[in-house]
Amino acid sequence: MSASHEIYGTTPFDGAMAMKGYALNKMCFSFNHAHNRAEFKGDEETYMKKYGLNEQQATAIRNRDVLGLLAAGGNVYYLAKFAGIFGLDVQDLGSMQTGLTKDEFKARLVAQNQQPDTLA
Amino acid sequence: MAKIIGGLATSHIPAIGGAIAKGLQNDPYWKPFFDGFGPAREWLAKEKPDVAIVFYNDHGLNFFLDKMPTFAIGAAPEYYNADEGWGIPTLPPKKGLPELSWEIINHVIEKEFDVVTCQEMLVDHAFTVPLKLFWPNEDQPLVVPVCINTVQFPLPSAKRCLNFGRAIGEAVANWKSDAKVVVIGTGGLSHQLDGKRAGFINKPFDLKFIDSMVDDPEWATQYSILELVEKTGTQGVELLNWLAARGAIQGAVHKVHSNYHIPISNTAAATLVLEAA
Repeated sequence: MSASHEIYGTTPFDGAMAMKGYALNKMCFSFNHAHNRAEFKGDEETYMKKYGLNEQQATAIRNRDVLGLLAAGGNVYYLAKFAGIFGLDVQDLGSMQTGLTKDEFKARLVAQNQQPDTLA
Repeated sequence: MAKIIGGLATSHIPAIGGAIAKGLQNDPYWKPFFDGFGPAREWLAKEKPDVAIVFYNDHGLNFFLDKMPTFAIGAAPEYYNADEGWGIPTLPPKKGLPELSWEIINHVIEKEFDVVTCQEMLVDHAFTVPLKLFWPNEDQPLVVPVCINTVQFPLPSAKRCLNFGRAIGEAVANWKSDAKVVVIGTGGLSHQLDGKRAGFINKPFDLKFIDSMVDDPEWATQYSILELVEKTGTQGVELLNWLAARGAIQGAVHKVHSNYHIPISNTAAATLVLEAA
């Protein structure tokens, strides 16, 4: 599926991305289980090998690089389970992706109240 | 014949589950959101529905990319919540109503909505958190989960989701039962978690969408899925669940209550109560 036009800072998670990110997302999906989270924390490299992550994906995991994980085919619903292992919430993820501090990111959310009430 | 007495809709942000567990309902950050549920609970206490059909999207608890249904309907006697990986409390199981599930499945497949049927189905925060918000004492009615794919593109169009809801409304109307049924749409409104555009919110679009749910549910069907992503964010597209729920209510509705608050977590949080005329 192709977009009629690009949406800034947005990659629709389509079939191509779903294939590209399958191993990474499958590993993150496994983090639904506490014993898998513990196994990953115990030895990240072995755990990534077990799920067959490619080098791009493994590097992004090592660097906790959210935009890199998305580019490597990660889907945010599964990546959130990876982030959860480190106690990161979606404002942390927002901060890491936008280059804002967490407080700046939160302030920007609050500032959205200043938008008009009606469509132009 | 059974009757759909109305529809509820609310955001399903995971952090809400954490806030409930910690008793933060009156905390200044959370109060404007939780205060939006009083009128909904009053309406439910008065109407006492027997069954809730819940339209939601799974976030990687029951479904993974190995098998990703566009539409899936639960047909289980009981639905379990489970660990989603990031630490919100697991909520108690919900009792199902397989009789109604099969009424719906039989009818929608006859109407060419070829759904996946699930006799076992874990339900995630998108299902459990709204039920906890509307029935905080866990005295929920029987449930039928209806899961719509909002994870992997292509997603079903807004028009398709509205019509899917309509088919479910017909199934309920045909069901030989005197049960009172309520439909619930969960998710949205505008928000985006991923990418450089994370934090995107579109207040005027959301407010127009809430209005359209009352008397012009076709309004959102003018937009393609990618246009909806552009206007509401990659997760704002969860409004598909609201549209499907609205489609299930036959005839006119009037608005009992709505609430809109920016932000809860990264989301423009909204709540809506519609009563069938």
